[in-house]
Amino acid sequence: MARKDLLDISSLQREEIDLLLNQAVPFKELFTRSVKKVPALKGKSVLMLFYEPSTRTHSSFEVAAKRLSADVTNFDVPHSSVVKGESVRETIETLQAMRTDFIVVRHGRSGLPGMIARMTKASVINAGDGAHAHPTQGLLDAFTIKEVFPELTGKRVLIIGDILHSRVARSTSTILKRLGVEVAYLGPGSLVPKVGPENTRRFTNYEEAMKWKPDVVYLLRVQMERQDVQYFPSLREYHKVYGITEERLKRIDGEGLWLMHPGPVNRGVELCDAAMDYSRSLINQQVENGIAVRMAVLYWLKPGGEGE
Amino acid sequence: MNRTLGPEDIEQGIDILAAAIRARTAGEPIALVGIRSRGDEVAERVCNRLAEDDRELSMGILDISLYRDDYEHLRENPKLQESDIPFTVDGAHVILVDDVLFTGRTIRAALDALSDYGRPAKVELATLIDRGHREMPIQPDYTGILLETSRHDHVLVSLEATDGEDKIEVVEPKTE
Repeated sequence: MARKDLLDISSLQREEIDLLLNQAVPFKELFTRSVKKVPALKGKSVLMLFYEPSTRTHSSFEVAAKRLSADVTNFDVPHSSVVKGESVRETIETLQAMRTDFIVVRHGRSGLPGMIARMTKASVINAGDGAHAHPTQGLLDAFTIKEVFPELTGKRVLIIGDILHSRVARSTSTILKRLGVEVAYLGPGSLVPKVGPENTRRFTNYEEAMKWKPDVVYLLRVQMERQDVQYFPSLREYHKVYGITEERLKRIDGEGLWLMHPGPVNRGVELCDAAMDYSRSLINQQVENGIAVRMAVLYWLKPGGEGE
Repeated sequence: MNRTLGPEDIEQGIDILAAAIRARTAGEPIALVGIRSRGDEVAERVCNRLAEDDRELSMGILDISLYRDDYEHLRENPKLQESDIPFTVDGAHVILVDDVLFTGRTIRAALDALSDYGRPAKVELATLIDRGHREMPIQPDYTGILLETSRHDHVLVSLEATDGEDKIEVVEPKTE
C-alpha cells in the first residue's frame, strides 16, 4: 500500500522499509546512464520548505525530484513572509492554494512536519524535525550498509557523538535495529540518553567500544551552530576523546572497519584529515545513495487521500 | 467462451519469432531487449534459438515502470526492477521483445526508455502474442501468435521460468 506522507521510521512497516530499500537499487542504476532523468513525476510539483539551513539534504532532495522530472520550487524561508510573522498554518494554506503535490519540510520543532501533513493534501516528507526524526537519512544509511553487508542480521554499528540531540542517531538506529543490526552508542555521558531504544549498548570509553567489535563506525556531526558546543570542553578535546584521530584510523583500518558520517564533516573534529581519504569510508556513497533513496520515496508516496 | 493455449502453442510461437528474425536479419549484429516482466523471458528463449547463428547477439532487459503514462490513475505505483542494458545502444539494431501486444502503450514507454540509453540505428518490435486493439500507432515487425480477442477480454500469460508453466488464457469479463 502506498502512503501519503513519510514522517518517521517508526511508523513504517517492515515490508515498507524493505520495499524502499529494494526500490532504491533500480533508481541508483539510472545514475550510470547518460540520461539520468526519467519522466515518472512529470508535471508534479515538489516544494522545498526549509526553516533550518541545510545544503546537503536540500540539494539531495532537489536532485532526486528533478531526476524524476518533477518541478521544484524553493520556498525561501528567511526571505519569505515568515520573517513578517506569518504563521506556519497561513503558509501551508498558501501552499495548498498553489496545489503542490509534495512538500519536503525541515523545521527545528519536532512534530511540525506531521502537523503540516494533517493540514494538506500534499504528500509531506520530513527532512528533519528537531531531535525527532530524519527518516530519509535512516533509509540511506541502512541502504549504504546493506550494499556492504547484504545480510544485515547481527552486524554491529557503533554511533559516536551527541546521541541525545541527534535525529540522525534516532532514525538511523531505529531502522538498523528493525533490520536486525546491533547498535551501540559512544559519547559524552551527558549526551548519551540514559533511557533509549532497548538493547542498545552505551559506551563512554573508546577502548571499551572497540572491544565490542563493531563492523561500522558512524560519526555524528558536531552541531557547532546548535546546542553541542556548550556540552564539550573544547573541539580539540572532543577530537581527542571521541574523534577519529590518526592513531584510531590505523586501528580501524587494521580491523577492516567501515566509516560513515552524515556530512558535512568538521575536519579535525569528528575526523582527522587522513580519515577523509580512508579506503573503507562510505561517506561519498552515502551522498549518492541519498539521491536514490529519496527518488524511491518520492515515487512511492501518493499525494491526495488523507489530507483535509 | 474462455480459451486456453498450452506449452506447444507457446513453443511454436517462439519458433516462429526466431525463424522470422533470422530470415530478416541473418548475419547482422542484433540486440534483443525484453520488457519486464515476461518480455525478458520471451527474449531469452528467442535468444537461445538464435545462439548457434554466426553473428553478434546481445541481450538486454528493460523495466518501463518509470515511463508509463498512467501515474494519475494508479493507487499504487508499479514496483520497479532493475533494467540491464549491457551493450552500447548508440548505433545498435535493437529488437524490443514483449509477451503481449495490446494497446501499444507499453511499447511507447519502452521506446522512450530505450532512447535514454542512446540512439539506436534501428528499433523493431517482436511480440509473442498480438491480441489487437491498439490505442497507439504501433505495429509489430515479428509476431509469434495472432490471437483474436475482444477489447475487454483478459489475456493471462504464464511462462515456464517466470511462473512455472507455459500457458495462455483468454478470459472473458463476467457479465451479470
